[in-house]
Amino acid sequence: MTPPPQADTGGLANAIFGSVVMAGLATLLGTPIGVMAGIYLAEYGQKTWLGSATRFINDILLSAPSIVIGLFIYSVVVAQFKSFSGFAGVLALALIVIPVVIRTTENMLSLIPNALREAAYALGTPKWIVISSVTLKAARAGVITGILLAIARISGETAPLLFTALSNQFWTSDLSKPMASLPVTIFKFAMSPYENWQKLAWAGVFLITIGVLALNIAARVFFRNKH
Amino acid sequence: MDIRVAPAHLASTEKTKISVRDLNFYYGGFHALKNINLTLPANKVTAFIGPSGCGKSTLLRTFNRMFELYPDQRAEGEILLDGENILNKKLDVSLIRAKIGMVFQKPTPFPMSIYDNIAFGVKLFETLPRAEMDERVEWALKKSALWNEVKDKLDQSGSGLSGGQQQRLCIARGIAIKPEVLLLDEPCSALDPISTGKIEELIHELKADYTVLIVTHNMQQAARCSDYTAYMYLGDLIEFGATPEVFTQPKRKDTEDYITGRFG
Repeated sequence: MTPPPQADTGGLANAIFGSVVMAGLATLLGTPIGVMAGIYLAEYGQKTWLGSATRFINDILLSAPSIVIGLFIYSVVVAQFKSFSGFAGVLALALIVIPVVIRTTENMLSLIPNALREAAYALGTPKWIVISSVTLKAARAGVITGILLAIARISGETAPLLFTALSNQFWTSDLSKPMASLPVTIFKFAMSPYENWQKLAWAGVFLITIGVLALNIAARVFFRNKH
Repeated sequence: MDIRVAPAHLASTEKTKISVRDLNFYYGGFHALKNINLTLPANKVTAFIGPSGCGKSTLLRTFNRMFELYPDQRAEGEILLDGENILNKKLDVSLIRAKIGMVFQKPTPFPMSIYDNIAFGVKLFETLPRAEMDERVEWALKKSALWNEVKDKLDQSGSGLSGGQQQRLCIARGIAIKPEVLLLDEPCSALDPISTGKIEELIHELKADYTVLIVTHNMQQAARCSDYTAYMYLGDLIEFGATPEVFTQPKRKDTEDYITGRFG
């Protein structure tokens, strides 16, 4: 648990828990939306105006500064419900996951040769089975890598959580309440004058670095094994 | 010049499987097949030859409506399979493709095990108990002369096989759903001579059960493994007849020039 200033004991358990829960839920929320939108762009809406519009908006979302996303969720969720909450944090992180997953899914599906699709259609396969059992399966490694990289990205994001989940000195698993997270705790503690908080901030930085490194290595190992 | 070919070239004892009537095909504004009329016999191998761009692959792709995947391509006319017009939009394209299988130029194993590659198509149309599915997979692999090479590694990925094996896997996948017609679009062009030999033997055996249509660039191959040959040029069907006649006494000068290698 994050300690009060100048205490001898204390740790980061609530911040670690908050980060894992919010990043996990954001991934669970963002991945299906991202994968489905990616499938739409690659397999259905290649030349339609809706496809082009979605692709254009997604490109903007992909490069949007994360603090803008945080402020957006602040104004549509936090300000409406008049409370900072873990849910708002999840939504902000999901908004970062979605464009990354859309882009990788679309790119990976576009790399699948048309000959493979034609071969599947030639057996009389309906389109949704061609996509779910053949093309998506062939692009699986790339799509999963994209998801892992999106997780790595959001596990270090501070700005979108600053105005949404805020932070919490205490343990909470209630997502409707403000929730602690590693990046925001680091931000808060590192700026403080208290030595024990500064030490915990360094520990938090180390944990995030190791976590992101591990995810990147996992992504690379996964990608290599499939090729 | 009348370039239409009367269907009378079939020997009277042959049973007609596919009749093509006034078929025209367009890629957007490009007129790729011009008034094709053709009668194809059942349980025979018919080869389509001609220089690149003559429309032979295009013609093959109209037989299973593969062109419908691309919105700017369209076909006009009739293709009768046992008397039924398969270009009729009301017919379920999946059922047509179940009756008319296709194997492509490049081997395209699906990203799954060898077993599942074969079972995939079968599962679309039939629900078989495991034992019957095993039998069907074994039957298809034996029929395509691949069984002995893969029987111990059915659970391994299909993409781990050699090019020739992958192509036979694709043929096995095509015949596993028991089609009536098999379309082969240059099935040997990416293969070495030994694999090609195996597939040609296979074509010979397949015609007992299927009507086989093969597009090939290789005239020796057409001469070796087909019963009938159609020569196409620039979207026209120039000559159609029994293979020995087309190769030894072509009726048209164009065909003779192509076959003797004077152009093409």
